[in-house]
Parts: sequence; C-alpha cells; structure tokens
Amino acid sequence: MTREQQLIASVQQGRRELFYELVRPYERRVYAAALAILRNEADAEEVCQEAMLKAFAHIPQFRAEARFSTWLIQITVNEALMRRRRDRTVVMEGLAEHPDEEGNYTPRDFADWREIPSEALERKEVRQRLAEALAMLDRKYREVFMMRDMEHLNIQETAEALGISTASVKTRLLRARLMLRDLLAAGWERGWFSRLPFEKGSKPW
Amino acid sequence: MVVSCEAVWREISNYLEDDMDPGLRSAMEEHFRSCQHCNAVLEGTRNVIRLYGDDRMFELPSGFSRRMERWLTRNVVVSRGTWPGWLIAAVAAVLVASSLTLARSLMTPNPPLRSEHAQAGHGIPPDMVVVVTEGAKLFHVPGCEVIHNKDKQRTLTAKEATREGYVPCLRCLRKYLNLAGARRAGAHAEKDEQREAAIRAAVD
Repeated sequence: MTREQQLIASVQQGRRELFYELVRPYERRVYAAALAILRNEADAEEVCQEAMLKAFAHIPQFRAEARFSTWLIQITVNEALMRRRRDRTVVMEGLAEHPDEEGNYTPRDFADWREIPSEALERKEVRQRLAEALAMLDRKYREVFMMRDMEHLNIQETAEALGISTASVKTRLLRARLMLRDLLAAGWERGWFSRLPFEKGSKPW
Repeated sequence: MVVSCEAVWREISNYLEDDMDPGLRSAMEEHFRSCQHCNAVLEGTRNVIRLYGDDRMFELPSGFSRRMERWLTRNVVVSRGTWPGWLIAAVAAVLVASSLTLARSLMTPNPPLRSEHAQAGHGIPPDMVVVVTEGAKLFHVPGCEVIHNKDKQRTLTAKEATREGYVPCLRCLRKYLNLAGARRAGAHAEKDEQREAAIRAAVD
C-alpha cells in the first residue's frame, strides 16, 4: 500500500487531521486547473479551498480504482465551472469564441523554429510569457489543453470533467497545441509575444 | 500511403498521443522526414506539451499553502460543520432517539418500590453495575455478602434496577442512603428477603 493509499484510508476512518497531508502534493495542479478556468488568482484560490472541502466531504465515497489526483482535479474543475457560471456576467473573455471548431487549422510556417528548453522555466519571465500565451486562447481550447497537457488527465477523463465528447476534446486539443506552438515560435522570434504574431485585426485561427 | 501536409496537421495531435492506425503513423513518419515545415510543427508542438506539462510552469501565489493549511485546519480538523451528510444524519438520528428515550422516561411514572420500607437512594451512578435476584427487593454491588438466592442473580445497571423497583442494599450501598431512615428501611427489606428466601426454601 502506498503512502497516499494509507492516508486516504486513514482519512476515511476519521483521521481528518491527515487530510491536508493527503492533498498537499496536488496544490499546484489544483490551483493551475482553477486558474485556467477562472483567470483570476483570488477566485482560483477561493475555489481551491472550496474544492478541498468538497473533496473531504466526499472522501468516504472515493474508491481506489480512480487516481486520487484525477478525482481531486475533477472536483476542482467542477467547482471552478460552477463559479464561472455563477459569475458569468463579470468574467471577461479575452478572445471571442471561434465559430468554426471543425474547420482545419493551418500552422504558421516557422520552419526555423527554436526549441525552448525546459530549463528556461526556471526564469519567471519565461513562465509569465507562457502563461500569457495560454491566456490568449479561447476558453474552450484553454480548458481542454490545461486538463490534458497540464493536469495529465486522459482524453476520456477530460471529456467527462468538461461534459463534452471525446471527439471534441481531440479537436480542441489539436487546435490548442498548434495555436500555442505558433504563439511560442513567434514569441521566440519577436521577443516573447511583445507583438502578437498575426495580422492586424484578425487572429490566425 | 502518402499523406499531405494538411492531413498531417489534422492528425498531429493524435500522432503525439500515439492514438492512430499504425499505417497512418508510418506514413506520417515518412512525411516528417521529408517536410521541413511539418517537422517544425511536430517538434514545436512537442515542445509546447513538454513546457506546459512541467510542474515548474505554475507557481503558487505567495502564502497559498499556509492559507490552505489554515483553512483546512479550521474547517476540517476543528469544525464539525463539514461532516459528510450521512454522518450528520446519523448524529441527528441518535440525538432524536435519545430525546425520545428521555421524554419517555420522564413521562413514565417510577414503578413502586418493591419494599414499602425502603428508600431509593441518592447519587447512585446510573451506569453502576449491580446485581439483583429473582423475587428479591434489593440491588447489590456484585459480591455483596447478603445476596440471597445467588444462583438466580441477574446483572444490570443501577438505573435499570431502580426502574424495576429494586432498592439499594443497606450493606453494600449504604453511602448512598440516608442512614437514619435507611437502616430501618434496609433492615426491613433485608428481613423481607430473608423471609421470602426461607419460604422459597421450604416450598422447594
């Protein structure tokens, strides 16, 4: 039995003081999930706290066949989506919804692309630029990308958490990845997204 | 199989997920070897997945963990207000049942004492384990020397014994009795028991 499984069993048996130890390793992922949906740090933190309480309340029903991290993230995503629905009037979307989800996406021609090494993530400036690029995506692409590529949920889990079909997950994931790739490649060439890599008044997707 | 650049772009995400037909995969690999643009798209997309999937990508706000711990301590460890619904329901059911029991006991008049001379005693712990014997009037601390008919003794709590009308034994429970009157009452009750024990012995 892993340490995590032991902690789960203990909390289920009433050792509530161990709950924080159980969820602590996932704080960052849970926060990232909430932030990707709400795009507001204070709201994201509040939703994380509410989600943890909800997780505690439902932990007697948690079954070992699910991954605890996935279960926790799904609860957080639900909470964040509920919060967004409730506050819909005040959430500002940066970019309009793309009307043609099924249409083909043409990647920009950055054949002389340069890889951004993972070590670059040590620099706050790089992380900030990547976060800015992610924030440029339409919500529906950003959410799918976040859940699959940042939270590492599988396609099915992502579809269930967001209440969409697996086909939609795949389509949105493709677009999100290609759009981010274009943004990053252009940002690298043009000084980290200081100017957007698309024509005046339009988006490349 | 030959695939176009457009077909490669459509499938590049599935390629990275390794979620495709092996024939198409081979065709795409062949395409990447000869198409610089598609190869740049592939590697760039791979780079995106690697960067954003890195744990370092997202920093927690300053003090996040401390606030979370405090929040959970207050709402999970200390507060009982966040118990699961089933637990709240169970606690509520116990409270209701206890209230009903208490109400019933308050509404039920005390049974008459088995000995008209005896007194009920004061301050006897209700959950104290005591023994009674069939047909007797007293309840005793287990092992009391004046228990008659020991082969028919029954163990219960002081509260239950009182409810059944038994009275405290003068010998073993004297500290709970008003001794001035209790000595007389207990003696009467004890005599009653002795007399009845003698009658039973004679009948047997």
